[in-house]
Amino acid sequence: MTTRTSNDAFVEFERVQKSYDGETLVVKDLNLTMPKGEFLTMLGPSGSGKTTCLMMLAGFETATHGEIKLDGQPINNIPPHKRGIGMVFQNYALFPHMTIAENLAFPLEVRKIGKSEREAKIKRALEMVEMGRFGGRRPAQLSGGQQQRVALARALVFEPELVLMDEPLGALDKQLREKMQFEITRLAHDLGITVVYVTHDQTEALTMSDRVAVFNDGVIQQLAPPDELYEQPANSFVAQFIGENNTLEGEVKEIRDGIAVVQLDDGELIDCKPINVSKPGERTRVSIRPERVEFNKSRLKPGAHTLKAEVLEFIYMGDIFRTRLRVAGNDEFIIKTRNAPDQVRLEPGAQIEIGWLPEDCRALDA
Amino acid sequence: MTDIAQPLTTADGKPLKSALLRAQSRARRRAFLLVLPLLAFILITFVFPIGQMLYKSVYNEGFTWQEDVTTGERTPIMTNLAAWFDANPPGTEPDEAAYAALAADLVVLRELKAPGQAGTRINYEISGSRSMFTKAARSAEKLEPPYKEALLELDKDWGNPDLWQAMRGASSSYTLNFYLAAIDRERNASGDIVMVPENRQVYVKLFTRTLTLSLLITFLTFVLAYPIAHLLATLPLRHSNLLMILVLLPFWTSLLVRTTSWMVLLQSQGVVNDALVGMGLLGDENRLQMMYNRTGTVIAMTHILLPFMVLPLYSVMRLINPSYVRAARSLGATSWTAFRRIYFPQTVPGIGAGALLVFILAVGYYITPALVGGADGQLISNLIAFHMQKSLNWSLAAALAALLLAGVLALYWLYDKLVGIDNLKLG
Repeated sequence: MTTRTSNDAFVEFERVQKSYDGETLVVKDLNLTMPKGEFLTMLGPSGSGKTTCLMMLAGFETATHGEIKLDGQPINNIPPHKRGIGMVFQNYALFPHMTIAENLAFPLEVRKIGKSEREAKIKRALEMVEMGRFGGRRPAQLSGGQQQRVALARALVFEPELVLMDEPLGALDKQLREKMQFEITRLAHDLGITVVYVTHDQTEALTMSDRVAVFNDGVIQQLAPPDELYEQPANSFVAQFIGENNTLEGEVKEIRDGIAVVQLDDGELIDCKPINVSKPGERTRVSIRPERVEFNKSRLKPGAHTLKAEVLEFIYMGDIFRTRLRVAGNDEFIIKTRNAPDQVRLEPGAQIEIGWLPEDCRALDA
Repeated sequence: MTDIAQPLTTADGKPLKSALLRAQSRARRRAFLLVLPLLAFILITFVFPIGQMLYKSVYNEGFTWQEDVTTGERTPIMTNLAAWFDANPPGTEPDEAAYAALAADLVVLRELKAPGQAGTRINYEISGSRSMFTKAARSAEKLEPPYKEALLELDKDWGNPDLWQAMRGASSSYTLNFYLAAIDRERNASGDIVMVPENRQVYVKLFTRTLTLSLLITFLTFVLAYPIAHLLATLPLRHSNLLMILVLLPFWTSLLVRTTSWMVLLQSQGVVNDALVGMGLLGDENRLQMMYNRTGTVIAMTHILLPFMVLPLYSVMRLINPSYVRAARSLGATSWTAFRRIYFPQTVPGIGAGALLVFILAVGYYITPALVGGADGQLISNLIAFHMQKSLNWSLAAALAALLLAGVLALYWLYDKLVGIDNLKLG
């Protein structure tokens, strides 16, 4: 993978702030450095500032404060058409009064590229997205997936080094979306382009990206590769936002040997990995992934803390079983188990004991 | 079981098509009954009067039939003369027989008290001929052969070959002469179509003026409305609503009030001139003449028709996603190129609709040119009104109106060919 030193920073946000009304900040003190060739996803709920960041990078919004640099050059005062950034829009934004070939010719014509070279480039770009036969059609005659491919080809045809994508797959159905996710990542890697991808779909973010920036409330909550993001969320927002997550609330009793003992609100004790708690007495929110919960005592470490639980609901989902429990007064505690031949199906009403490895249980901010 | 080649039938063997028709007929009848009032309204108040008017432009019985107002009895008139015209081709010098036929018809006219009606019909084409008819009819019974000399003695104009040509044309109820008159043409003594003398050529000039002024007004409304519509479409709803009210405000004011306000503003002692003189930009002696001429007509009509351009443009622009222009910009287009190649082409349906609407309204506009136009700013509709109300030559008014209608329809057809009516977006 790419090495990240500030020397080869391709895209840089330096202390960027953005406000629309002069009263509230939509983007608060954003610092972000991207090397060339990286696929970075901005993930977050709507209104978290991710699209605003993208628009500032594209040049459609101006930063209220701070500097955005592209390949070392400040671009705050460069108009969008001189930035040479390819962009794929949420609704594709294919020009309805032009054919597909004319749509692709547009960025080449405004760059005064000759006819023969233009045609060769259009042909290559359309073939790249497997749309070679559709040059003469109008956008309205294509399906959503085909329009998506054309939009991608148009953003790539003038060979930009940076491509921005604003929820490009939002309007597609699930199967098509998965196919396109794969194709976009393949293209990005083959062409060696740098991609900033905005989405609110966490699966998309996890499967496509080299790194994911989780946005909330105008701040990047965590910037990390997908596995790190899922397995080691830095705070309770990220833990909640990425994947399914169980939360228990309590107070830190003591921290020793890298293990925090947390007393839950109903008095029981559990072992956790301290992430952003530092001293006894602090309130904490403990996060455990449903697939890391174990109810088979023989697989737990001897001496590990366990909790009593009551089975409330058993849901058969094919490849996995999803069981809802009442744990420490929380009725929404979920565990997931693989549908293996020796797997136990828990019956509603059963009393069980659950536990986990201390490193899978993360004590986060309250 | 079922034979595929057989037409499909219902479960109990009836043909499927007739069963479907029966099943739908009730709904269809009900739908028809619902639109019936509107259909009747349109037929009675629109289709029928327009048909009547078109008919009047080719049919005038002033010189062929007399109708008794009290009894409703219809009597043919000028029959002898019509028979002579049938027997002799156009251009024949009227002989004694012709004059004898005229004299006999004049006697009938006198009995029926109809010389005025017949005279009026001829008077449309030869001015001053109405009195010739009433005078000749008064002494018709006393006329003795040879009738030619007798009639010429009453008025030497009876020998005018143009008069005879006019009578020939009027002797049939169906005629295209009103259309000829509407395009400044007439038939000469030998029946050929020629231009009318220059001092009487008014209609073609007025049609041309109506056309050019309407085009100018359409262009001006377009230039003014395009930025407003764009602003309306892009502003946040809160502000655009206020602006929309300002655009619609003229609709809530009487047309007459709006026109007279322009008179207050534009006349030579009006607000604009006073202001210019007051600021010293203009000498008191050369105040601008902006009223009672074409300038007045153009200014007032542009203002009045502006909303009809703004609204279709706005409705089209509102639906253009801003991401199109953004996409164009990100693809490397300057804002001017993005406008010219991406935004503008997408507003063409709105421009077409607005232009068509404004142009069609402008060619038929009446009240504003009548009030602010003076002699120079009159349009064809003012002349149509003149013939309907003053000269009472309804057939000519109908012919003028029919030409106007044909012109508008032709334009509509042309628009359909070039842009397509499907692309018309009125709001």
